[in-house]
Amino acid sequence: MGDRGRRLLIAAGALLGVVLLFAGSFRFMTDPDSPRPLVALVALIVGVGGVWAFFLALDLLVAQLPIRTRDNLRPYVFVLPALVVLGIYIIYPTVYTLYVSFFDYNLGAGAPQNFGLQNYVRAFSDPQLFLAFRNNLLWLIFVPLFSVSIGLVLAVTTDRIEWERAAKSLVFLPMAISFVGAAVIWRFVYYFSLFGEQIGLLNAIVVAFGGNPVGWLRIEPWNNLFLIVIMIWLQTGFAMVILSSAVKGVPGSLLEAARIDGAGEIRIFFRVIVPYIGGTILTVTTTIVILVLKVFDIVFVMTSGRFNTDVIANRMYSMMFRTGQSGQGAALAVLLLIAVIPIMIRNIRNLDPA
Amino acid sequence: MNTTLRTLALLSAIVIVAIGCQRTDEGSRTAAPDVDYTDNPYTDGADLSGTTVNIFGAFVDVDAERFEKSMLPFEEATGIDIVYEGSGDFETLIRVRADGGDPPDIAAFPQPGIVADLVAGDNVLDIADWFGMEYLRQQYNDAWIDLAQIGGIQAGVWYRASVKSLVWYNLSVFEAEGYEIPETWDALLALSDRMVADGYVPWTIGIESSGATGWTATDWIEDIMLRLHPPEVYDRWVTGDLPFNSPEVREAVTVMADIWFNEDHVLGGRQGIVLTPFGDAPTPLTVDPPAALMHRQASFIAGFFPEEGAEVGRTIGFFYLPPIDPAQGRPVLGAGDLFGPMRDRPEVRAVMRYLSTGESTRAWLESGGFVSPHNDTSPDWYPTVTDRGIAQILQGATTFRFDASDLMPGAVGAGTFWTEITDYVNDPDADLGEKLAIIDASWPR
Repeated sequence: MGDRGRRLLIAAGALLGVVLLFAGSFRFMTDPDSPRPLVALVALIVGVGGVWAFFLALDLLVAQLPIRTRDNLRPYVFVLPALVVLGIYIIYPTVYTLYVSFFDYNLGAGAPQNFGLQNYVRAFSDPQLFLAFRNNLLWLIFVPLFSVSIGLVLAVTTDRIEWERAAKSLVFLPMAISFVGAAVIWRFVYYFSLFGEQIGLLNAIVVAFGGNPVGWLRIEPWNNLFLIVIMIWLQTGFAMVILSSAVKGVPGSLLEAARIDGAGEIRIFFRVIVPYIGGTILTVTTTIVILVLKVFDIVFVMTSGRFNTDVIANRMYSMMFRTGQSGQGAALAVLLLIAVIPIMIRNIRNLDPA
Repeated sequence: MNTTLRTLALLSAIVIVAIGCQRTDEGSRTAAPDVDYTDNPYTDGADLSGTTVNIFGAFVDVDAERFEKSMLPFEEATGIDIVYEGSGDFETLIRVRADGGDPPDIAAFPQPGIVADLVAGDNVLDIADWFGMEYLRQQYNDAWIDLAQIGGIQAGVWYRASVKSLVWYNLSVFEAEGYEIPETWDALLALSDRMVADGYVPWTIGIESSGATGWTATDWIEDIMLRLHPPEVYDRWVTGDLPFNSPEVREAVTVMADIWFNEDHVLGGRQGIVLTPFGDAPTPLTVDPPAALMHRQASFIAGFFPEEGAEVGRTIGFFYLPPIDPAQGRPVLGAGDLFGPMRDRPEVRAVMRYLSTGESTRAWLESGGFVSPHNDTSPDWYPTVTDRGIAQILQGATTFRFDASDLMPGAVGAGTFWTEITDYVNDPDADLGEKLAIIDASWPR
């Protein structure tokens, strides 16, 4: 018994040590006087190693308990920290956003007041918001449509060529670029020089063919499509890679049978391959749809919603942070959340093997 | 299990060593020689050495370095450590920090618009309670004092002034062609016509500024408002008593549009205006031969000139944006950085007292491109004729008014005023009355 007590003590001590480690390093990292490189090092060590150590210490503690309790408790020990983090960073903000959306609330200007539906009423009577809805709809239609269909065609065609890997890597490459990075790259594609040489790719081409430079981003409503192209460029690689593995999963015997029955390649594509990988196509589509509903970075960097290219997420951001109308911004966030939920449910059901 | 413990011990050791390094670092700094920290005009004879005051603001990089440099005399005299933290996202973060109960000791607001919100939330303190109005009136002229009166309190002290009513021009061409500095608006228009006849493009204008696109346009409108109407009209407009869709404001926008929408007079036309970042807009003045000759922008724009070909006083000059109605005198549109206290401690009061003196701006001022609003700033400190000239324009103003969009509620001043005017410039078919009515509708009432 003494031995067990000692081990229990050690385990509890280890856990306490990890917690103290977290607390100490947090204080150190938030001190503005701390030298930056050291902060980065501590963040790396504590962020990665600390979490691992935390799990080990918890596990050590649980291991000292009687076998039955131990087995019942262990799953919770592993899940609990994640749940706590999710609770703090996802659940709490969501509930608070919902709460705030029913009040007049300007960030920094005191507590929320005047409970009511005014923010929602205002949202639906705002012509700019309808424009944002229209633009979101454009994004919702075009991005999944093009990235999935182009991705699918590429997946099937590259399956047959020798330099498959190189071709796929090339298409997949933009996936490694952040939205902001991609937007910066495309700013240069659409760039309009005030004077002198046109350094933007498109305008350089236009000028080379004797045309006048064009301010692409201000041509309504086409500028929406110019922004949408960026997202398609980013997401096609993702769709291609996932669909490609699904295409490879189509049994060779099935294809062979179809060929023996006299089906052409196009027919095989539509009648055999597409139905066979239908589930994957749906998952890829819904994933991209959710991503597109949240679209913010590209619009923010390229136009900040000017020239009628605004989308809901960007509008929410400007209300919440630029103009300080947090209550109204929160109402938009809630509307966006409601729009995402059905697709989210569909996607989670799809993931579930049962 | 032993490995686990050993790993834990190792991790702890690394972190403790790291934190330990930090401690010694601090130790060496506070171990100061024997200095009398009570003999200074800021701490009321108290020794506050070893304390720290945090200032959070929007200026970064070179500006932040210059600010820190200008805080050194205070730190040496009092032993108080001023820690400045700058962020490009200041306007967002200050709201979040105030709301989350973690405000800095002092916030350096580039726009008083946010201050009104923070005062309403009791997040900014009244410095009249600390220093008394008599002292403040001695440090600043009444225009600045009134501007710092926000939500019924004296919400801080002005540190940096910015003069907006300036036109920058290509000096070489002006000299070569014998162009004279226009003293009236009509002379300015006549000069523009002459430039076009001589084969030049008179203006370069750029209003792109990512999320804040349009503010350059609002500055133009404000400058014109002050030149068309008495300051009382401007004040009523700022407070929302005079609607945007009124003859006065429509007239101001029309005066601007007469220049802006004349494709021969503006480089790149409407397209150039809406797509050119404000920082790139003066570049056409500086190339040889210049692509355009004039650019209206605040004093700070000199910091955005390209290194090559832009030497103020030699290749680039500036003049005061001329009056329209002689009855309105020589109004000046400006802006400034307001330092508002958010926590009350003796050392914070000492820093605020320092910031209310011209001395606190001296190092920055001497490095150029800075105008101080303090009464006790000596004109001799300005390093160049340019800086002194801008300071003189400020002093010679018959009326001084603050950037209206900075004073209006965020929904308008940082929202629809920018976006609707940008739309109006971009779309040749847009109806001005309609656009202005949208701005009026967005005013929170």
